Amino acid sequence: MSSEEAFVSIRGMSFSRGNRLIFNNIDLDIPRGKVTAIMGPSGTGKTTLLRLIGGQILPDVGTIEVDGHNVPTLKRTQLFELRKKSMGMLFQSGALFTDLSVFDNVAFPIRLHSDLPESMVRDLVLMKLEAVGLRGARDLMPAELSGGMARRVALARSVALDPEMILYDEPFTGLDPISLGITVKLIKSLNDALSLTSVLVTHDVEEACTIADYVCLLSEGGVIGFDTPENLIENGSEQVRQFMQGKPDGPVPFHFPANDFSEDLLKGVK
Amino acid sequence: MLKLIDKILDSIQALGNASLGRLQALGRAGVFLLSSLMWGGPGSAGFGDLVKQIYSIGVRSLSIIIVAGFFVGMVLGLQGYTILSDFGSEAALGTMVSLTLLRELGPVVTALLFAGRAGSALTAEIGLMKATEQISAMEMMGVDPLKRIITPRLWAGFISMPILALLFSLVGIWGGAYVGINMLGVDEGAYWGNMQASVEFYDDIIKGLIKSLVFGLVVTWIAVYQGFDSIPTSEGISKATTQTVVVASLAVLGLDFVLTAIMLGSI
Ligand SMILES: Nc1ncnc2c1ncn2[C@@H]1O[C@H](COP(=O)(O)OP(=O)(O)O)[C@@H](O)[C@H]1O
Ligand SMILES: [Mg+2]
Repeated sequence: MSSEEAFVSIRGMSFSRGNRLIFNNIDLDIPRGKVTAIMGPSGTGKTTLLRLIGGQILPDVGTIEVDGHNVPTLKRTQLFELRKKSMGMLFQSGALFTDLSVFDNVAFPIRLHSDLPESMVRDLVLMKLEAVGLRGARDLMPAELSGGMARRVALARSVALDPEMILYDEPFTGLDPISLGITVKLIKSLNDALSLTSVLVTHDVEEACTIADYVCLLSEGGVIGFDTPENLIENGSEQVRQFMQGKPDGPVPFHFPANDFSEDLLKGVK
Repeated sequence: MLKLIDKILDSIQALGNASLGRLQALGRAGVFLLSSLMWGGPGSAGFGDLVKQIYSIGVRSLSIIIVAGFFVGMVLGLQGYTILSDFGSEAALGTMVSLTLLRELGPVVTALLFAGRAGSALTAEIGLMKATEQISAMEMMGVDPLKRIITPRLWAGFISMPILALLFSLVGIWGGAYVGINMLGVDEGAYWGNMQASVEFYDDIIKGLIKSLVFGLVVTWIAVYQGFDSIPTSEGISKATTQTVVVASLAVLGLDFVLTAIMLGSI
């Protein structure tokens, strides 16, 4: 790991919402050109971590460097420049522009950020759509797509500008087996062909293990494991293995922090 | 006794907190307006986009504006005739109807209808964009949503409002004429002649237009800001939409008083 250059480098970062500490002084390096899966129970802050890396929210303390730039201290224009050049993000919901057709959604970032003639834009968009198998759906509106199709269009859009890093927020949830297979292959091939850095938030241990070079496990405000999937499954601590093998009982809490259950029940109606 | 003082202190604190909150919101809204307008001209997101917004904000408000203008004009004709005929001056009906509409009712009623028709739609549209992460997605592409989404809508509102208000007044004057001349028997020449003689281009038409420009900016500003600042849930959006109509209507009525006072030179 130390031999690899980090594309994202987080040091001493803490972040809280209200009085809930979501990240407590974490250090994390995401290596360049690799697929890193971020895993952990829901509500631990995986989406929050992606937003922090993308500069949409600011940490309380600490640095988050992307390609050498400390994101929280960038000016608005610098941040936009960095996102344009280096980051693509696939949102959990797809986040397609509902007033634009599939074609125009994918063309949107290309048209805004380049001076390519319309014929080139067309070729590029069709290439991206072909890659996700939706070239035939180019004239549909987002409302006419199924959830899985919308996700694939969003994927095509987030790679439209050939970013250096793509942040995927749960790209596999709610996909049928075929779309899932396509998406897994797509992420892997994008990563290999363009030597992208991919950061992948997922619950899906099996899929993560097939495509991730590294797995980062989050729990209770900290990184509890960062290694190759094989190493984590074999040599991880007890709580790491609990998560990787999907066992409900163990040191990783399944419950949102709360007071004692029996006490809560006995209190009755106030 | 101490309890009472505590209570009073508590309410003073709550009042202070609430005012600070309001002031903060106002400051945020002000920064929001400035940074959206700083992106410059109406064409900052491409003229195609501006035309699209003018269509959905302005053109699609046309029908409600025209129908409302006609009714308001007819009512003015009826009421005006009843009052004026007591003094034997029905001939001044044209003057009364046109001045009322151009100076006050045109800009004000148009702005109120606009807040209900276009303002609420703007808030809901932008709120939904936020809830479905479209705004975040745009930001992550390195595209400024203020420039792409807010600026063209602000300009579209600013451009549409005076045109709509002028149309409202025109149709209203025509409605007043219809009732006065065709139904109540006011002399046609007197209606139009007196109107022409008394309506001043600068004092009546231009001042009315200035009001509309101000209302256009304020109503659209409130609408887009409420959408952008809404809590991205269905409840949050419905609250923001209501808020738009309430705040924008009150702002229009309050500003109308201030603008009228300034224009009449009495402040
Ligand atoms: N906008 C928000 N306001 C307040 N709390 C939030 C907000 N978004 C997320 N949270 C809280 O932050 C925690 C982490 O959320 P998130 O990053 O979405 O988790 P996940 O790991 O499932 O993606 C959750 O416990 C959630 O309650
Ligand atoms: Mg999440």
